Amino acid sequence: MTAKQKKTLLRIIISAALLIVLRFVPVDGYLKLGLYLLPYALIGYDVLIRAVKGIISGQVFDENFLMAIATVGAMALESYSEGVEVMLFYQIGELFQSYAVGRSRRSISALMDIRPDFANVERDGDLVSVDPDEVSVGDVIIIRPGERVPLDGTVIDGESSLNTAALTGESLPRSVKAGDEVVSGSVNVSGLLKVRVSRIFEESTVSRILELVENSSLKKAKAENFITRFAHYYTPAVCLMALALAVLPPLFVGGFRQWLMRALSFLVISCPCALVISIPLTFFGGIGGASRSGILVKGGNYLEAMSEARTIVFDKTGTLTEGVFAVRQIQTAPGVDAEDLVVRAALCESYSNHPISQSLRARAEGHRLDVNRVTDVEELAGCGITARLDGQPMAVGNARLMKLLQIDVPTAQAQGTIIYVARGGKYEGMIVISDAVKATSRPALDALRKQGVKTVMLTGDSRTAAAQVADQLGIEETHAELLPQDKVDRLEDMLRNKQGAVCFVGDGINDAPVLSRADIGIAMGGVGSDAAIEAADIVLMDDDPRKISLAMRISHRCLRIVHENIAFALTVKAVCLVLGALGITGMQMAIFADVGVMILAVLNATRALTSMR
Amino acid sequence: MKKKFKIEVDCANCAAKMEEAVRKIDGVKDVSVSFMTQKMAVEADETRFDEIMQMARKACKKVEPDCEIYL
Repeated sequence: MTAKQKKTLLRIIISAALLIVLRFVPVDGYLKLGLYLLPYALIGYDVLIRAVKGIISGQVFDENFLMAIATVGAMALESYSEGVEVMLFYQIGELFQSYAVGRSRRSISALMDIRPDFANVERDGDLVSVDPDEVSVGDVIIIRPGERVPLDGTVIDGESSLNTAALTGESLPRSVKAGDEVVSGSVNVSGLLKVRVSRIFEESTVSRILELVENSSLKKAKAENFITRFAHYYTPAVCLMALALAVLPPLFVGGFRQWLMRALSFLVISCPCALVISIPLTFFGGIGGASRSGILVKGGNYLEAMSEARTIVFDKTGTLTEGVFAVRQIQTAPGVDAEDLVVRAALCESYSNHPISQSLRARAEGHRLDVNRVTDVEELAGCGITARLDGQPMAVGNARLMKLLQIDVPTAQAQGTIIYVARGGKYEGMIVISDAVKATSRPALDALRKQGVKTVMLTGDSRTAAAQVADQLGIEETHAELLPQDKVDRLEDMLRNKQGAVCFVGDGINDAPVLSRADIGIAMGGVGSDAAIEAADIVLMDDDPRKISLAMRISHRCLRIVHENIAFALTVKAVCLVLGALGITGMQMAIFADVGVMILAVLNATRALTSMR
Repeated sequence: MKKKFKIEVDCANCAAKMEEAVRKIDGVKDVSVSFMTQKMAVEADETRFDEIMQMARKACKKVEPDCEIYL
C-alpha cells in the first residue's frame, strides 16, 4: 500500500469505530448532529473539498459532487448514521479499487521485467559497468552467467545457453556460440559471453518490446470507448431521474421527506465507476497475460478484434513450414554408399548458390569437399548441373535433366524436390530436398478449425508444393504461385467478402504490405525483426503457430469478462434503482450494492491477468 | 507530431474526462489517455505543440483538480 492508501485505511477504521460508538450514545438534537459530523468530516472531507472545487469549475456530474449531495442531503434529513455509512462505504470502494489497480499494474510490470540495468563494457582493457544507453554499436560487452543481455549483438567469444522465457514464453533455453546473434532481454544461463553490440539500446529488442507493451493501452478497444461514452450519458440520466423522483410523486401523494431520501439513494447509484474501471483493467490484464506467453498485442482494439477472426490467412514458407530447405531422404542404386552420393552431388553443386545446392552442401558438412576435383561445370537452367568429377561425367538434377541425357531413372513419389544423381551415364541414386512443415503447424490449425475459423494459405511457391502442404495440414483454401502484389489482391478479395475479421499471419519477410492490409496482421518470430514489429498488430515472439489459437482464446476470455462485467453491473444498478424508487431498499443498500459490484467487477477483471496455456 | 506524457490521475472516469477535455482543444488531432499505464499520448500541430500542451494541462486541471501532466 502507498502512503495515501494507508492514510485512507486509517480514516476508514477510525470513522467506522466512531460510528459504532455513536450508536450507543443516547443524545439527541444538535448534539447528535455535532457528534456524527466528526466521523463524517473525517471520512468525507476530501470528497467534499473536491465537490466544491468541481462546482467552481463547472463540473456538475462529478462523482464527488454526487456523493456530497447524497450524504449532505441525508444529514440534513437527520439520517446521520446513513450519511456517514454511505461515505464510509464509498471510501472503502475507492481504496479497494486503487489497491487492486496498483497491484495489477505492478504485476504486469513484473511480467515485463526485462529491462536490463547495466552493461559491462570493455574500455581500454578494463571492464566497466555502464548504463545500456551509453553503449554504442561496435562496442564489446561481457555478459556473465545470470546476467541479462543488455543489447542486441553477435557473440564473438564464448558459449552459453540463453533463457528467452521472458521474451518468447518458451522455457527451453537456446544455446549460442561465437557467430550467433543474441537478443537483449534474454538471460545468460551458463557461460561467459563476449558480444559485439549491433544495435544501440533504444533500437534493441528489449526497448522496442517495452515501448510496444506500454503503448498498447493507448489504443483502446471499442468496448472501452463505448463505456466512457455510456458513462457520459448514464450519470446525468440517473440524476435527472433522481430529481424527478424528489419532485413529482410528492405533488400527487405527498411525503416529500420520504421521496427526497429515495432520490438521494439514486445519486449514490449514479456513479459508473465499476464499469469504467473494470474494462480497461481487463484489457490491460489480457495484453499483459498475452505478453507473458510471448504474444505481443499492440492495442486493446486488436485483442478485441482477435475474437472476431473468422478467416485466418497464412503465408506458407517460414510460417507453416520451417522455411529451410534440407535433405530429407536419400535413396541409392544397389552398391552405392549414401554418404558418397551426397558428397559427389555436393561437389558438383559447389559453384552454385541455389538453395538446393546450399542444402546439399549443408548435408555434406563434415566431409572434405575438394573443389579441385570438379571440372567442366555446366548449369542447365531449370534442369540441373553437369560436370566432371575426377574426370568422370556427372549429372545432378531433376527428371528433365535425366530425360535430356537419356538416363533411366526409377519413378519416385516424394514430397519436395527430387534430385537425381548419375555418374558415367548411369543412375546412382536420388536425394529428396524439401522444406519441412513445422511440427506445431498441424495442431495449430486443428485448434483453429475447432474454434470455427476458416484457414487459407497464400504462397509464391509452386502449385504442387502448396498442395502437398495444404493436404498435410488440411487447409481449406490455397492460392499458389503468387507474387507479393497478388497476395495483397487476394487478401483484398477476402476482405470484401468477409464475415468477421480477416487475419493474416506471416513471418514478416516480404509480406509487410499484406500484414498491414489485413484486419489483424500477425507477425511471427518477431524477435529482432524491425519490419515485422512495425507492420504487424500482433507479434508472436517465437515462431510457433499454436500461439494464434492461444491469442484467440485470450481474446475471447477478455471479452467474456468485459461482457460479464457490463451485464452484471448494469443489472445490479437497474435493480437497485427500482428497489430504491419503490422505497424497498434504502441508501445503505444502494451504496453497498454499488461498492460490491465494483469490487466484484474488479476481481473478475483481474482474472484476465493470469496467463493461459 | 505525436508525443507521450506521464500523468497522474486517480480514477478511470477522471482519465476519460481528461481525454475528452484535451480533445476539445483547438489544434489537437488525437489524444488518448491510459489510466492503467498513467500515460497520455497527444497528436497535435507541431508549431504550436508547447502552447497546446499548456492549454491541455489547464483543461485537465479544470475537470480533475487532482490530476497532473508531467510536461
